[in-house]
Amino acid sequence: MLALRGIQKIYGEGPARVIALAGVDVDIREGEFVAIMGASGSGKSTCMNIMGCLDRPTAGSFKFHGVEVATLGNDARALFRRNYLGFVFQGFNLLARTTAIENVELPLIYRGMKRADRREAAARAIAAVGLEGRESHTSGELSGGQQQRVAIARAIVSNPKVLLADEPTGNLDSARSHDIMRLLQRLNLEQGLTILMVTHEAEMAAYCSRRIIFSDGYILEDAKAAA
Amino acid sequence: MLWESFKLALRTIRRNVLRSFLTLLGIVIGVGAVIALVTLGQGTNDKVKADLSKLGSNMLIARPGSSQPGPPSGQESRSFTVRDVEALKAGLRNVRGVAPTSNKQVKVVYGTASLDVTVTGTEIDYFAVQDWTFLTGSAFSESDSRSGTNVCVVGATLVKDLFQGVEPLGETMRVGSMPCTVVGTLAAKGQSAFGSDQDNTVVMPLRTFMRRIAGSTKISTISVSGNSAEVLPAVQATMIDILRESRRVAIDEDDDFSVRDLTQIAATMASTTALMTGLLGAVAAVSLLVGGIGIMNIMLVSVAERTREIGIRLAIGALGHQVLTQFLVEAVVLCLLGGLIGIALGLGLAFAGATLLQVPFDVNISVVAMAFGFSGLIGLVFGFFPARRAAQLDPIEALRHE
Repeated sequence: MLALRGIQKIYGEGPARVIALAGVDVDIREGEFVAIMGASGSGKSTCMNIMGCLDRPTAGSFKFHGVEVATLGNDARALFRRNYLGFVFQGFNLLARTTAIENVELPLIYRGMKRADRREAAARAIAAVGLEGRESHTSGELSGGQQQRVAIARAIVSNPKVLLADEPTGNLDSARSHDIMRLLQRLNLEQGLTILMVTHEAEMAAYCSRRIIFSDGYILEDAKAAA
Repeated sequence: MLWESFKLALRTIRRNVLRSFLTLLGIVIGVGAVIALVTLGQGTNDKVKADLSKLGSNMLIARPGSSQPGPPSGQESRSFTVRDVEALKAGLRNVRGVAPTSNKQVKVVYGTASLDVTVTGTEIDYFAVQDWTFLTGSAFSESDSRSGTNVCVVGATLVKDLFQGVEPLGETMRVGSMPCTVVGTLAAKGQSAFGSDQDNTVVMPLRTFMRRIAGSTKISTISVSGNSAEVLPAVQATMIDILRESRRVAIDEDDDFSVRDLTQIAATMASTTALMTGLLGAVAAVSLLVGGIGIMNIMLVSVAERTREIGIRLAIGALGHQVLTQFLVEAVVLCLLGGLIGIALGLGLAFAGATLLQVPFDVNISVVAMAFGFSGLIGLVFGFFPARRAAQLDPIEALRHE
């Protein structure tokens, strides 16, 4: 589904030049649950941003369902993100002083969905992450784990093809982390949602079906987990 | 989407009530000042126009003393005499009346009440020339005028403050040392354009006034009312000729009197008021501009502050133009809110000012609508730059922003 060929990302020029990705080839198939690992500065986040259509590679080809995305402009990439991708961040990134259901509705507002449909879809997504009954709690009234669940609900409410999670358990304690991982795993297995997750915890990567390890802008290891 | 942006804008404004209010203040003051000044100016203008008609229409006033600017001659200028009046009456065409008047401040007593009043000695034409109407009774008669009987007509202020409920008609009051019978009461005219109470007046035959009140035959002014506005310049010229002749002013000498067209004076006053209103309005408009810059400033701060939020929105599917719309709507809503408060404030101030200055409270709807529209426009113009900055944020950078 995702095909990266010879992807390079170079920041800066001259002596300040930093090579973040030095030519990466990756294929992601539908339904995979991929852990992207590596030390900081290894290029994993840059690669994630490119796959999330947030950033553009300096060179190389990135095809999404056969469509070349690498050369698309800002607006086209924004449309692409809106139609196919969902994002979950380490810091949850919910809007402050906004209720759970309003946060989940937000992507649908930007997609121009009608109010009634929006409410229904948002309620379904909240149910899918196991937060029924907490729809009208604001972000501040929810625990970290619950906030991350809301963020996941927000990411899946628009029925994305791929869910991109950037260290989703980075701010959570171990028990909450495992809860979140089990939730992601369930979404992956039950709904066939393709998930790309950046993490540096091997414990969390263990939930994934595939593990890609970056080092110095290259892929060091790419292995299917022993099932 | 627009409705969502509107709701979102209201919520953001509610969350930062104090900051939003301070931001609005510039717009509030600007719009308020424009509305208050224009409304008050309009009222003043109305009043000047009303006063103009109260003065008596198409009126010319002759006064002793040169109209030429320059140092005063030192000696008191010669008053008019009965002879001047007779000459005018005989010589003028196209006039409704010629009224000689002389005034004196005199204490008037009725019962236990007393009042300082302007007593005017004149002839019957006075009432027509100055556009007075009678509430009760009538003017003194031609024979009263000739023989100088002790009769008089009183203004509305006397009816209220001196007679205090007693029907003045047929009553005798004391004017100075002279007892005088009231034969008529005048309808109220209100304040003159110069601020004095025109209704605090007693009018009596000129002859009576000269003999019993003033003790002299001096006439201080002669009012003449033309048949129409068109004849006034001709009448004015004829008046000057006749007066020079009867006062025996030598050909090479300047007039020792002046003849003025009151309509002209009032019109000049009206245009001066309009000019002042315009200038003050322009100054107020500048404060609107300053208010707009305030809006831009705070919107830039808001964009910087909410960089992360913008990043989230961009990441979850907002397009650049949707973020632009959101911030633009926020700026416009903020400004319109300021405009509304400003309009309320301005109208309130104008109402208070109108009451204080005793001018009519005349709301010009089109000015109110324009001020409202203009505040929205300010939001649009000054909100655009910050909104565009928000829309062009790089989502990765914005998300990383702490």
